[in-house]
Amino acid sequence: MSDTKNVLIVGVGGQGVITASEILSEVAMLEGYDVKKSEIHGMSQRGGSVSSHIRFNKEKVYSPTAPEGTIDFLMSFEKLEGLRWIDHLRQDAVAVINDYRWDPLPVSSGQVEYTPEVEKKIKERRKAIIYKASDVASKLGNIRATNIVLVGTLAKLLPFKKETWIEVIKNRVPPKTIELNIKAFEEGFKQEF
Amino acid sequence: MEKPKKKILTGNEAIARGAYEYGIEVAAGYPGTPSSEILENVVLYKDHVYCQWSPNEKVAFETATGAAFSGRRSMVTMKHVGLNVAADPFFTVAYSGIEGAFVIISADDPGMHSSQNEQDNRNYAKFAKIPMLEPSDSQEAKDFMGEAIKISEEFDTPVMLRVTTRTCHSKSIVTLNDTRPENKKEFPPRQSQKYVMIPAHAKKRRLIMKERLEKLSKYSEESKLNVEEINDKEIGIITNGISYQYIKEVFPKASVLKLGMTNPLPMQKIRKFTETVKKCYVVEELDPFMEEQIKSAGIKVIGKEVIPEIGELNPEIIYKSITGKDFGYTNTVAELKLPTRPPALCPGCPHRGVYVVLKKLKARVSGDIGCYTLGVLPPLSSLDWQVCMGAGVSMTLGIEKGWDENVAEKLVGVIGDSTFIHSGITGLIDMVYNKGTSTIIIMDNRITAMTGRQEHPATGKTLMGEETHELNLVELVKAVGIKNVEVVDPLDLPELEKILKTEMARREPSVVITRRKCVLIDKELKRIPLEVDPEKCTGCKLCLAVGCLALSFEDKKTKVDPMLCTGCMVCARQCNFGAFKQNGTYLEFKKQK
Repeated sequence: MSDTKNVLIVGVGGQGVITASEILSEVAMLEGYDVKKSEIHGMSQRGGSVSSHIRFNKEKVYSPTAPEGTIDFLMSFEKLEGLRWIDHLRQDAVAVINDYRWDPLPVSSGQVEYTPEVEKKIKERRKAIIYKASDVASKLGNIRATNIVLVGTLAKLLPFKKETWIEVIKNRVPPKTIELNIKAFEEGFKQEF
Repeated sequence: MEKPKKKILTGNEAIARGAYEYGIEVAAGYPGTPSSEILENVVLYKDHVYCQWSPNEKVAFETATGAAFSGRRSMVTMKHVGLNVAADPFFTVAYSGIEGAFVIISADDPGMHSSQNEQDNRNYAKFAKIPMLEPSDSQEAKDFMGEAIKISEEFDTPVMLRVTTRTCHSKSIVTLNDTRPENKKEFPPRQSQKYVMIPAHAKKRRLIMKERLEKLSKYSEESKLNVEEINDKEIGIITNGISYQYIKEVFPKASVLKLGMTNPLPMQKIRKFTETVKKCYVVEELDPFMEEQIKSAGIKVIGKEVIPEIGELNPEIIYKSITGKDFGYTNTVAELKLPTRPPALCPGCPHRGVYVVLKKLKARVSGDIGCYTLGVLPPLSSLDWQVCMGAGVSMTLGIEKGWDENVAEKLVGVIGDSTFIHSGITGLIDMVYNKGTSTIIIMDNRITAMTGRQEHPATGKTLMGEETHELNLVELVKAVGIKNVEVVDPLDLPELEKILKTEMARREPSVVITRRKCVLIDKELKRIPLEVDPEKCTGCKLCLAVGCLALSFEDKKTKVDPMLCTGCMVCARQCNFGAFKQNGTYLEFKKQK
């Protein structure tokens, strides 16, 4: 199998999964890697489960999706989604997970219960850093910056220069929110493992 | 020398870029996942390319045909099922050929991520006897646009560019060029023998098509779009489109025949390849399209005996199918039975109001294609029937005609604004003409919502951002002969209920237009979230039955997420205990009988 590195970003439609994966793939390209990324848009936008694969390699990357069980890094914006995808990680891979609960429709409409002890179930399976990234973003002034806080934490694990991340974020987010998002990135980057 | 400009593009963005770089002049389409973003990106080049949303795929196809017949390079975009709508002109344009290039983009959806079926539109290219190209990544998506235009003009034929969800929506690096050829054609003289398909002309064209297909077969044999990669000769794999990328991932050493031009197939090249390798597989998503033709030619290959013909392929499926070995992945989460996370109507969505009322009235509902199809899922569970665009109206008439008044009184057809214009209007004309009495609800959210919020004839704006005539749905419906037309705010549940009761009981056809902007485009919406007083909430869960993601149920009480709630009140109106508050004030609603 190739040396391609595989990142999986997951969350709920509307949480900024796609923006985060765009930032990551742009950073990888600027650092001279071949990159492919894949996600499904469409019906999944509306409160559904969203996942995005990002793959990079100094050599050529072929498939835009990573084979199951070969994910090197998982980043999840919602904890139940983190658990849902955890088996896709290699045994020695790391997950960065937002300690945040967003009830899916079967739960919010009272049909089934939200899975108990999600954090424990994740940690039983893989190495994971689970923290309240949404609270970090809220303290900075906007919960919508949660995705960038998490991107900051992921950035610590990936082989790219910090400046490249910051350059890409600056070009990517709305001009009025640059300062907030850079702070969000820095806060995420500070997270201890 | 300046370095060539590189960008990470989706397949759809790359097709749009190709349209610009290779000289497309007219582009039309109707939105449909996974094709919608193609025209949304062609509009970036609107100074060079005229582009438009049409009311439906057939109209889009014919618009592009007119441009191509008169010498302009044109393209049309649609999802796979859209080509069913456009199939009528599709087959006959294949007879006529073109003056300016004509590229038909069919975006298929293996795995049905956002579709009602997974039909394999490669069959259409063979059926209509036109050439077909299949890119496997974004660079090829752009390059193949150029090839399609070249083949179209060289062989005087429309060309199908067939893509799939995975090529449309995945991103890879593309090298951009800034060249764009100029088309210096003059307005052509009359050529009725070619462009007016009366039987006498069509019979002659049919013979020309046969010759054209033979020439295209030769072209396919020599084309650089069909590439042989000879490596290890133990295993050979013949493949197309995205499957090529999957194969390179899991069988890097195998010999591969990658087919970029899949109609007509280069059968001699295929034969030679299979003779070079010991064992040869055909790996293609969905139907055994290539495999059946290869086997009919007497060539021994292994295909659907091992490769699934249902759903999307991926590297691991191909690996397991060919080697019989597992990929080393263990699913330990399945046993936890996690709650699923299906898509849902957005908090504040106007459609929710309609379904809550229809459920209360125990209506039997014939539905259609759009966000409102999500009303089929629990807890709304409000749809009985749904097939395709427009059928929400016409099926209603069929049900009524097959049964009696008792059924008709409970019968409602629902259809969106864009879908009604697409093909609901003809069904409504039929309902008046053939004396139906049911009620049709046009769920008018002022946009084509599900596919990503595209303009349509009743929004008053074009794809290119210009103001235009705003189709008046009320006047349109009256003009076809509907006497009972009501316009109502779908979030005003009591009024909606009153109107629906009256119109459903009426022994005449009625149209109820539930009008409110899609919550994602409503800029004037004042989002004032609701709260629940835990002292008053009894935990009866009645409010939860409206299926809203802004609600949750913790410690046996309903909770509202202030980030998601728009204050639409649909949940609060279900509460019998006055537990909901807005701006600190308790909300009391008069109970409907």
